[in-house]
Amino acid sequence: MIQQRRLTPAAMVAVLFALFWVLVTALPFFFMFMTSFKTQPELFQSGSVFALPDALYFGNYIEILTGRFFMYLRNSIIVCSLAVVVLLIISSMASYVFSRLKFRMNAVLFSVVIACMAIPIHATLIPVFILTRDIGLYDQPLALVGPYIAFNIPVSVFVLTGFMKTIPVELEESAEIDGASKVRTFLSIIMPLAIPGLATLAIYNGINMWNEFIYALVLTSSVQSRTLPLAIWEYQGQYGVNIPMVMTILALSVMPMIIAFLILQERLIKGMMVGAVKG
Amino acid sequence: MIGGKSTTLDARRKHSTATIAAVFLLPVAFFLFVYLFRSIFHMFQLSGYSWSGISRTRDFIGWGNWQRLLNDQNFFNAIGNNLIMVFACLAIQIPVGLLLAYIVDWANRRFKSLKLVYFLPLLMSAVAIGFLFKQLYDARFGLIGVMLGWFMDIPFNVLSNEQTALWAVIAVICWQFIPFYMLYFFAGLTTIPEELYEASIIDGAKRHQYIFRVSLPLISGVIKNASILCLVGSLKYFDLIYVMTEGGPAGATELMATYMYKTAFTQMRMGYGATVSSGMFIIITIISLATFKIMSMNFRRGGKIT
Repeated sequence: MIQQRRLTPAAMVAVLFALFWVLVTALPFFFMFMTSFKTQPELFQSGSVFALPDALYFGNYIEILTGRFFMYLRNSIIVCSLAVVVLLIISSMASYVFSRLKFRMNAVLFSVVIACMAIPIHATLIPVFILTRDIGLYDQPLALVGPYIAFNIPVSVFVLTGFMKTIPVELEESAEIDGASKVRTFLSIIMPLAIPGLATLAIYNGINMWNEFIYALVLTSSVQSRTLPLAIWEYQGQYGVNIPMVMTILALSVMPMIIAFLILQERLIKGMMVGAVKG
Repeated sequence: MIGGKSTTLDARRKHSTATIAAVFLLPVAFFLFVYLFRSIFHMFQLSGYSWSGISRTRDFIGWGNWQRLLNDQNFFNAIGNNLIMVFACLAIQIPVGLLLAYIVDWANRRFKSLKLVYFLPLLMSAVAIGFLFKQLYDARFGLIGVMLGWFMDIPFNVLSNEQTALWAVIAVICWQFIPFYMLYFFAGLTTIPEELYEASIIDGAKRHQYIFRVSLPLISGVIKNASILCLVGSLKYFDLIYVMTEGGPAGATELMATYMYKTAFTQMRMGYGATVSSGMFIIITIISLATFKIMSMNFRRGGKIT
């Protein structure tokens, strides 16, 4: 044990690499926040990008927060919360069927749903765009809800079915002997016990939808209906060369995630790793 | 008499099971049908037309679009870039992720927050990362651009140079995804019981012997799965590339997805865009199915969250 404490050359290299990677990870964030507190002339005139800001300048933040930022934020919140809630409800219903009910087509239907994980969702971009336009949802936040639900069904059903299989059946059996119907056991026994799985999935799907870009780009076109990832896109076009302003938008857009990370920590990490089952 | 009654009960139970299954599966079936199955069908159907997407009329041209696709240099260039990206990402993300996982595992008892620091890039969306690094690569006002300038005679923006753009973008993709693979491998490492390490040390193994002879073989399944995720994921990149370069300069970073998007929505050639999309769908599906087949054993076991 004492022998292990001595630093071998290999361990030295490991420590150096660990520190190097801390820099690689943190420097872009540091640069982003640092630059967001500079004014544009300050960045252009000072000789070095490494210079710290002269003073904490909040003008960039004020300009963006008094603009349309909250409209984008509101759209993102509406789309994501609606899609996550509907997705989790319908996925739990399907997972209950796959994990509990015995009928002939069960395994086949389950494989069909799971096989959808292999579909590259970009391939559906053109048809979904045409469909959205034809049913009159084009350029409304609601247009995004349907695709967001559909694309996340396979992973959610896969994970929830696995989770529900780990819930012991004895509870339901005794409830059924007491005369409870299948719908009743689903609502009052399975669903409460599935909450940890649902929470993890809510995090995973919520983050996915929060960051989704290409469908939001194609299915909406006006400011009133665009979500946060598009806000970055549009501010970039608007401010272009104003680097501190662009950095401010980036900083603001990552802020909700950093707050969520500070609150949830391990829970959030676990939620994001659900993606590991996805192909 | 009793036998007869029990069969009707059984039949009734079967009947009610079927009803509940149908009702409970209906919403999921609806969404999958409308947005996935119908879309795939519609995409292949559209690939036979020449259509701007706006005009009321569209001309059926049969295999015309497909013939053009097979002779389309831009599409094959995009496939080539996609393949370079697949191999580069596999060669960089998996080893670095593995190395970091070992470092985090080793440091975990003393310095827990290391993992949380390494996790940071996963908090940013691909769009935000794309814009951030686009600025960082700026030769005059970007952190990386200025640092790269120290090693160049005439500083230039690596994103606007045909030779360097693809590698500049790959570096950013690695920055974005290495933390994911690190966490994935770390999760694998934590499933190895502590006793195994103690036993190997007692048997006289050095740390590197333990790593190469005991723990790496134990997580080989995890490494295999991660490689498959990385491979299939690399075929689908869009957001980050589109934000950083829009496929440019001169197609140097064009991928199948960006080419499809630009054909359909920038040039407004929906019919041909659908053909590009179908080609991409076929390529990715074949590779995904082949890899799913390989990992099917691990796949069945998955879907557990504790």
